[in-house]
Amino acid sequence: MNETPNLIYIKELAAGSDAFEQKITSIVKREFPEEQKEFLQNYESKSYAKAAENVHKLKHKIGMLGFEKGYQTAVDFEEGLKNNDTSLYPKFILILESIELFLKTL
Amino acid sequence: MNCIIIDDEETARAIIQQLCSQVDELDVIEEFPNAIQAIKFLNKNEIDLIFLDIHMPDFTGFDFIDTLKNPPNIVLTTSDKNFALEAFEYECIVDYLVKPITLPRFLKAIQKAQSSARTISHEPKNNLSADTASEKNELYINIDRRLIKISIPTINLIEAKGDYILIKTEEQNYTVHSTLKKIEEKLPDDLFLKVHRSYVINIKKIIDIEDNSVLIAKDVIPVSRSNRPELMKRLNML
Repeated sequence: MNETPNLIYIKELAAGSDAFEQKITSIVKREFPEEQKEFLQNYESKSYAKAAENVHKLKHKIGMLGFEKGYQTAVDFEEGLKNNDTSLYPKFILILESIELFLKTL
Repeated sequence: MNCIIIDDEETARAIIQQLCSQVDELDVIEEFPNAIQAIKFLNKNEIDLIFLDIHMPDFTGFDFIDTLKNPPNIVLTTSDKNFALEAFEYECIVDYLVKPITLPRFLKAIQKAQSSARTISHEPKNNLSADTASEKNELYINIDRRLIKISIPTINLIEAKGDYILIKTEEQNYTVHSTLKKIEEKLPDDLFLKVHRSYVINIKKIIDIEDNSVLIAKDVIPVSRSNRPELMKRLNML
């Protein structure tokens, strides 16, 4: 995986507003672990339809944090899960782990 | 424009709120994490524009629109490109933004909302718009957001293909998101006949009939047993 998370999109949106930047990062820092945990629970219990819903939500954050290929992986993984295809799980989990680490640095 | 934001994801609401703050004409009155709360609000308040997420638990964006008698302009916000076709069936939907939403794309949507002539009805537009056009032998079909005019007498046949129909004319073929039933309503009865559950044909275009099929241009079209008597009745037979 060549892509790494970044705040380019968020900084562009913020247009110099530190308050917005702080607000959005604090929401993401709160929401992401919850969504990640829910996804893992559903995935491990093979509730793939529910896991696809979780991926749907997570992919917005993946896109926000600058992943382009990663976003497409999430799109494909979501579709795959709807058909019980889990082949993209290893790729997807790497993206989540990379975001998890990145959020700890903020 | 007074607007509201409906999205179950807090991050998304915060981003749209921020985007709105960069447009002087926009005033975000309220934001909602689900459609039910928004419906209650709309029962008592009038607003000009809704930023609406499609993909929400329990009650989708489309379910929400269906509950509104006079929907205001709506900009759909979604992480899913797959709903674009369905979105276009509603006149109140002025644009479709895929998350993560960028400022330039957002501004474009606002321009569309501002210039959109508001239509009160939220009846599905139907990709086939005839109105008075059918009287003029014209049919407009919606392909990739372009309305293309077709001269009805030039249509050879229409074939059902799942959620789409294939319209074959003398010059060209068109695939449209619609149903045979819908297009049948737009076509003159004296010219067109359903000969099979998947085919409506222009009876003036029949070259020959053989057993349970008709030849139109180069296409051999099946005629179901139940539709054959009506077809034979319509033909000027010697």
